[in-house]
Amino acid sequence: MMDLNYEMIGITVLWTFLYGYVIVAAIDFGAGFFNYYAMETGQHQKVSHIIQRYLSPVWETTNVFFVFFFVGIVGFYPDTAYYLGTSLLIPGSIALILLSIRGSYYAFNSSTTKPRKSWAFLYGVTGLLIPASLSIVLVISEGGYIYEEAGGVQLHLQELLFSSYAWTIVFLAIILVLYVSSGFLTYYASKAKNKSAMETFRNWFLIWSLPMIVISQFAFLSLREHNYEHFQAAQDYWYLFGLSLVSMLIAIFLIWKKRNFGLAFIMIMLQIAFAFYGYGISKLPYILYPYIDINTSVVNESMAFALTIVFILGLLLLIPSLYLLLRLFIFDKDYVEGKEEEGY
Amino acid sequence: MDEVLLGRIITASTLGFHIIFATIGVGIPIVIMVMEFLGIRKKDSQYLTMARRIAKGFTVTIAVGVVTGTIIGLQLSLIWPDFMRLGGQIIALPLFMEVFAFFFEAIFLGIFLYTWDRFKNPWHHWLLNIPIVVGSTLSAVFITSVNSFMNTPSGFELSEEMFVNIDPIAAMMNPSVYVRVFHVVATAYMTAAFIIASIAAFKLIKNKFQKDAEYHKKALKVTMSIGIATALLTILAGDFSAKFLHNEQPEKLAAMEWHYETEPRADLVLFGLLDEENQEVNYALRIPWALSFLSGNSFDTEVTGLNDIPEDEHPPLVIHYFFDLMVVFGMYALGVALLYFIVKKFTKFNEHHPALLYLYFLTGPLSMMAIEAGWFLAEMGRQPWIIRGYMRVSEAVTNADGLGIVLVSFIVLYAVLGFTCSYVLVKMFNNNSAESSREEYYGEGVDEK
Repeated sequence: MMDLNYEMIGITVLWTFLYGYVIVAAIDFGAGFFNYYAMETGQHQKVSHIIQRYLSPVWETTNVFFVFFFVGIVGFYPDTAYYLGTSLLIPGSIALILLSIRGSYYAFNSSTTKPRKSWAFLYGVTGLLIPASLSIVLVISEGGYIYEEAGGVQLHLQELLFSSYAWTIVFLAIILVLYVSSGFLTYYASKAKNKSAMETFRNWFLIWSLPMIVISQFAFLSLREHNYEHFQAAQDYWYLFGLSLVSMLIAIFLIWKKRNFGLAFIMIMLQIAFAFYGYGISKLPYILYPYIDINTSVVNESMAFALTIVFILGLLLLIPSLYLLLRLFIFDKDYVEGKEEEGY
Repeated sequence: MDEVLLGRIITASTLGFHIIFATIGVGIPIVIMVMEFLGIRKKDSQYLTMARRIAKGFTVTIAVGVVTGTIIGLQLSLIWPDFMRLGGQIIALPLFMEVFAFFFEAIFLGIFLYTWDRFKNPWHHWLLNIPIVVGSTLSAVFITSVNSFMNTPSGFELSEEMFVNIDPIAAMMNPSVYVRVFHVVATAYMTAAFIIASIAAFKLIKNKFQKDAEYHKKALKVTMSIGIATALLTILAGDFSAKFLHNEQPEKLAAMEWHYETEPRADLVLFGLLDEENQEVNYALRIPWALSFLSGNSFDTEVTGLNDIPEDEHPPLVIHYFFDLMVVFGMYALGVALLYFIVKKFTKFNEHHPALLYLYFLTGPLSMMAIEAGWFLAEMGRQPWIIRGYMRVSEAVTNADGLGIVLVSFIVLYAVLGFTCSYVLVKMFNNNSAESSREEYYGEGVDEK
């Protein structure tokens, strides 16, 4: 069997999928929230059409990114099932219930001719609660909240609840969702040539960009408090975080000046990518500090080889299919503008 | 309550709820594919409307299937962390492949649902059915492979508490996978067909929109045909299963048949009451020698009895009733489908007589109950093992606190989801006649596309 560095292959693949999930899920979660917010503030007529048109065909795909990530991580690093599975029983169950409510009520609402406000509320609010609850996993992975004791693995809930690092990351997740989502919707509305919706989304984006800058700095400061080792390692990759900041400033500038929204959204994606990979690389070799180290907890070689092959074959199948989906619903001018008859 | 039991009840309720939507998710694409095929082929807008209306309802059930599937995927790690840590080493491959299959299906389903009128050539839209059917069926294949591994693990060796020489392909292609995949896929197709037949029969009984009668009669005919073909396949799969269990998992066969003494010419026991003290079965329907025959195509086949299996490895004996219910419900559906065609082809009776319609109506719900009974049989019949012969359920359960509250929360969630889903589906079609849908999609007049 080929002698490859499977622990690095695995984490690169998984981190990339997690990045993909962060982007598509942020768009989706934020859109759900904005949809409800618009309903409450009487801007529904203006923006909901755009939101619905994007969300309808892609929400299921978003969910699969998430499933892919957790199935993949258990496959490549089975120890995660043990440590995180044991310690996350309650937080994980809460996240699952929220995800279920959100997914189902979205489908229920879009299948009736008269959408209900209460269902839109469930869909919108869960859009903020889910990233908050999922971000807890990243918080826990920094170590200091889980201990392996005689009776097994235990999560120290009190330490988590009173941790400034935990709360910073939770707020970072929520703000990130609103920031990315409004950035995307600005672009999507401008593509749809819907000027008034574009103006609304643009305002939302500009409003959320300031908290975005502030909370990112806070994240660094609190990481320094919480896990100094990781903070120091992150400093070695200062240029990645610098590029992230530059990308963000370009994105804000472009959207503020109403120039090239497409490029602006690419800049937002780059901003997240640089920060996300910078965080990930500096965190290595730990998945869960200090219990899961990718070098020692990687799955056996024959399984790693099989998973890698399946992954490559799977991508060869999925990329053209995803391309088709994007071409039909996101890059198709007539669909986006709503010129043609909808099936349903 | 003890933790193991709580963990099992949580998993059982998730799977018991999920399997309804998973079965629909695997089976309905075939029905849609056939309906759209007939519609394009016969240039009959009623069949096309059928495909579209079924697909519309399908979007709701698939959503619940997706979220409950996500739940079970994560819950395995939350409730059974030791199982997943071990399982991850050996059986992660089909789990991983299932995600790809589902991903593939989800993409094409998204395209399919929103592009009914976007293709000039209707066959191009029909082609989208293929990746959906392939994706959904493969999902079932891969997940069944994981479940089969739990029943008949293979693809590794045990050396001093460590698993060595792991072969992921051999684990995936474990001994029971072929039989079980066949059984799962055939019954999913069958159940989906009978559910649509039930809906058609129900609509004919209620007869709310007289203009729709022809539409529902057509639906009934097509779904009864699919139902008969797949029910016959199911019988074949059941026969394979019996022989397989006889060879590979004799304790499960013995428990489901309350069979104590290892002997040839064993009777097939249906229903009855068990007197465990004296190992006697009372009030049962006995078919002499049939168990031997089903196990090995010969009355002389020696069937292993429970007395030759260590007592702490006996599955719970209640699975006997699940087996009986599964068989009876499945046979009912097949019998009614045969009756439909006999009445239609060989008699002068009206095959749409209300009394018959009531019989047709029951096929869908009973087939679904057969699926439920079958899974309870399969999973409880694996007890006390989570990986048969290697890891007991009691060794795999989490040591985290809070299983009780988790159980209650998920039961409430399933009740709410099940209720809302039914409500939405009823609302979707109750006041919306098929004829009005057809006019909306294809305009006035029959048979012009």
